[in-house]
Amino acid sequence: MSEKTSAKIDGLDKITGRAQFTDDMTRPGMLHGAFLRSPHAHARILSIDTAPALAMEGVHAVLLGEDLPVNYGVIPVAMDEHALAIDKVRFVGEEVACVAAVDRATAIRASRAIVVEYEVLEAVLSIEDAMNKDKPLLHEGKRKASNVLRRVRQRYGDADAGFEAADVILEAEYDYPGSTHVPLETQVALAEVTADGLLTLFSSTQIPHYLHRILGRVLERRMQDIRVVKPHVGAGYGGKSDPFANELCAAALAIRTGRPIKIILDREEVFYAHRGRHRTKMWLKMGITREGKITAADFKAWAEGGAYASYGVVTAYYFGVFLPLPYVLDNWRFETHRCYTNHPPCGPKRGHGAIQPRFALEQHLDRLALEIGMSPAKLRSINSVQPDTETSNGLRITSVALNECIDAVVKASGFEDKVGKMPPNRGIGIAASAYMCGALHAIYASELPQSAVQICADRSGRIAIFSGTADIGQGSNHMLAQIVADTVGIQPKDCRVLEADTDFTPVDLGSYSSRVTFFAGNAAVRAAEKLKAAMEETLCKRWEVESVRFEDGQVHGGVNADGEPIVASFAQAVEWAEQEHGTLGFTGYYTPPKIGSRFRRQSVGPSPAYSFTAQVAEVEVDPETGMVKVVDVWCAHDCGKALNPVIVEGQLEGCVYMGVGEAILEDHNFTGPMSRRGPLHKSASILEYKIPTLHETPRIHSILVESMDKEGPRGAKEAGEGPQLPTVPAIANAIFDAVGVRLETAPFTPDRVLTAIERKARKDAKEAR
Amino acid sequence: MKLSFRVNSKIEVLDVEPLTPLIEVLRDRLALIGAHQGCTGDNCGACTVLVNDVPVYACQVPVCQVDDAEVRTVEGLTADAERLAPLQEALAKAGATGCGFCTPGMLMIGLALRQRQPRPGPEELRELLSGNLCRCTGYEAIVQAMLEVME
Repeated sequence: MSEKTSAKIDGLDKITGRAQFTDDMTRPGMLHGAFLRSPHAHARILSIDTAPALAMEGVHAVLLGEDLPVNYGVIPVAMDEHALAIDKVRFVGEEVACVAAVDRATAIRASRAIVVEYEVLEAVLSIEDAMNKDKPLLHEGKRKASNVLRRVRQRYGDADAGFEAADVILEAEYDYPGSTHVPLETQVALAEVTADGLLTLFSSTQIPHYLHRILGRVLERRMQDIRVVKPHVGAGYGGKSDPFANELCAAALAIRTGRPIKIILDREEVFYAHRGRHRTKMWLKMGITREGKITAADFKAWAEGGAYASYGVVTAYYFGVFLPLPYVLDNWRFETHRCYTNHPPCGPKRGHGAIQPRFALEQHLDRLALEIGMSPAKLRSINSVQPDTETSNGLRITSVALNECIDAVVKASGFEDKVGKMPPNRGIGIAASAYMCGALHAIYASELPQSAVQICADRSGRIAIFSGTADIGQGSNHMLAQIVADTVGIQPKDCRVLEADTDFTPVDLGSYSSRVTFFAGNAAVRAAEKLKAAMEETLCKRWEVESVRFEDGQVHGGVNADGEPIVASFAQAVEWAEQEHGTLGFTGYYTPPKIGSRFRRQSVGPSPAYSFTAQVAEVEVDPETGMVKVVDVWCAHDCGKALNPVIVEGQLEGCVYMGVGEAILEDHNFTGPMSRRGPLHKSASILEYKIPTLHETPRIHSILVESMDKEGPRGAKEAGEGPQLPTVPAIANAIFDAVGVRLETAPFTPDRVLTAIERKARKDAKEAR
Repeated sequence: MKLSFRVNSKIEVLDVEPLTPLIEVLRDRLALIGAHQGCTGDNCGACTVLVNDVPVYACQVPVCQVDDAEVRTVEGLTADAERLAPLQEALAKAGATGCGFCTPGMLMIGLALRQRQPRPGPEELRELLSGNLCRCTGYEAIVQAMLEVME
């Protein structure tokens, strides 16, 4: 037993089991909800009979699609969802009705008693189906009769001239699997209406502000009569970035029944809620000179997006906009498609829209390096973007420490001594990447601040921080506390963060696109600097000194005429400052800079800064079984400045871990159209959908590289998503180094690897003959 | 069915359906929210508690099986709410929590191992911890923090 210390201000709650997640909350008289879900991938709803459910003892209400007729969607240009299906169902597992009952078992029983008559329609189950004009439409009545949600085509420089200038040109196809987030906490929402007409929704969300807006829209209720609160969240990784049916239905049923209600998804239902990585087919052509300069690229991608848009419009842009980063590429073009299919909707998963193109391009670079006989590490270094430049597609680049990252992982792993020289079936591979630190443009067009922080210094010496950010386990509460505490020389634990409560915290757009450290961090810096300035003013006057120093919970003013130190406790200094200025409350906000672009419609992708990562993976392949063991991964990440190195390293390790899962295990897949029982989820449980346990997780070596971004809060940039981008291609390149097979399709499962090894053996034997 | 068992050294007498999963009894009847339900029998491990010092998935144990048994949850790691057990302190210091949903289960595994064998090797610890999933940390920080305490 010993004194309490923690690397994170909320760490103590978590390790004592006291942290309150939404499912830990209860209310007197609370009802429970359950969904009736569609058994069909694509069907017209002919009739719904709720009478058998309503007749059951303990059932309070049944909600149908027609009760919440207003459409919504997280992206305003693609609002194609309803809380419950109206007229049609578009995937197996789609919510059709929601029952409120005295307990969950009764709600589930009652949901099964509802009788729905369907007319089954032909389902659209693949990218090929979605691109086929003869297949039925998922969404009728759209302006364009098509199952393509969005096609994006852009061209920069002159790709054809670039290919002319190339010495080597390579073309290949790549196929990246779908995958899902699997946060250990499933989605939970608890809604209640109080006597004053306030609807409060507690929910496991990453986006309290957008959820607040969507609730107002769908419930047709004034936003000031709605309060969204996010308790502790058992992580999201992007999976809780959309408004979900359980949130909207809980709110509607709390209003209808006058009783608090909780709706939790069970694990299987989370696989239907999904919003995970898009299964993506890609075609890439690149040209390079003998000296290793990339001269041109042509890229096409088709993403299978499931039944609804979610963030899919953004996905289609990110695929192309981030393709070249972190390299200089002047002549290139892309064409990307995000399609609708009759599967659970895809959305943003960690590294959104950038994971798939990296899978293609980073393997492509290795192949080109081999062709020209250059080290793959060097090829990456010589093409790296430079600080304070602009990319050919108009992205403003500020701080860059990519080459430092490459050097660091090359050195730490002994890459140059190992590549091509390892014992049989052992190999090493490298990859690099860049990612955004928040989107320049909000999801809804607005000139308003995108992050705001309010702080209040208490006479006890404690500082309260109010922020609309959503800590989902990534440590954003600690980040805010650390910034404020560091500014005035106190400990983070002496700051209290009240976050994600739309009644009491200023708006922050939420935890997505790796924006929180950069955006909310800058807001916190500004609020804290104002507090510091007010206190400085008071103390300088009082002590008749030029300047004061905030350190170790004290304020120092040098020495007096007798040579004695002038010092006061921080709490005392707060009192003096409060006497002069009144209550010490300050706000700070962040609006990203207006960075003009030479290009029209370049509104999705630009960020105020970019993080950079390099990774080396070492693998062992069993040639008998095809089993890949990822042994070590070295990850060097340019995070600008590590505000809290322990937390940043944790993010790097989490990213690599998740990348390893996508590389060797995870495949969010469905039985095909020929399946007798229809297109069902192949693995809608954690038993079947394999995520890495300790056995599959490699040793992860984190290296923090600091480029001190001029606009980042204290120099910081993101660290929560970017470090996942290079993991899968680094492992693919390592497998090639180990057994000489190029895996253009992930995940690298034993059967896939073994098939490739056997094919290569046959080819080698044929050539030898 | 009337059951009597001890939870964190305190005797509980409950009238409860015998096949109710232990996790529901702990969370809904006894307000012990530290064990979490991340799945129902998929082996996520977030609900791990000790029954007579043996780690079990509390979602898979019908409550009738713990009649007369001693159940230990994360809330029982220390008797004093102001203090931390060494395992907890190590995890806190190392920043070995991401979202914290898996943490109580991980701690109970660590405790079980420690009781069985005060100084386990890294491989033993890894073997036992591999029945519990963590989606945030990549495990390494958890393993290292626990090894530090156990060495």
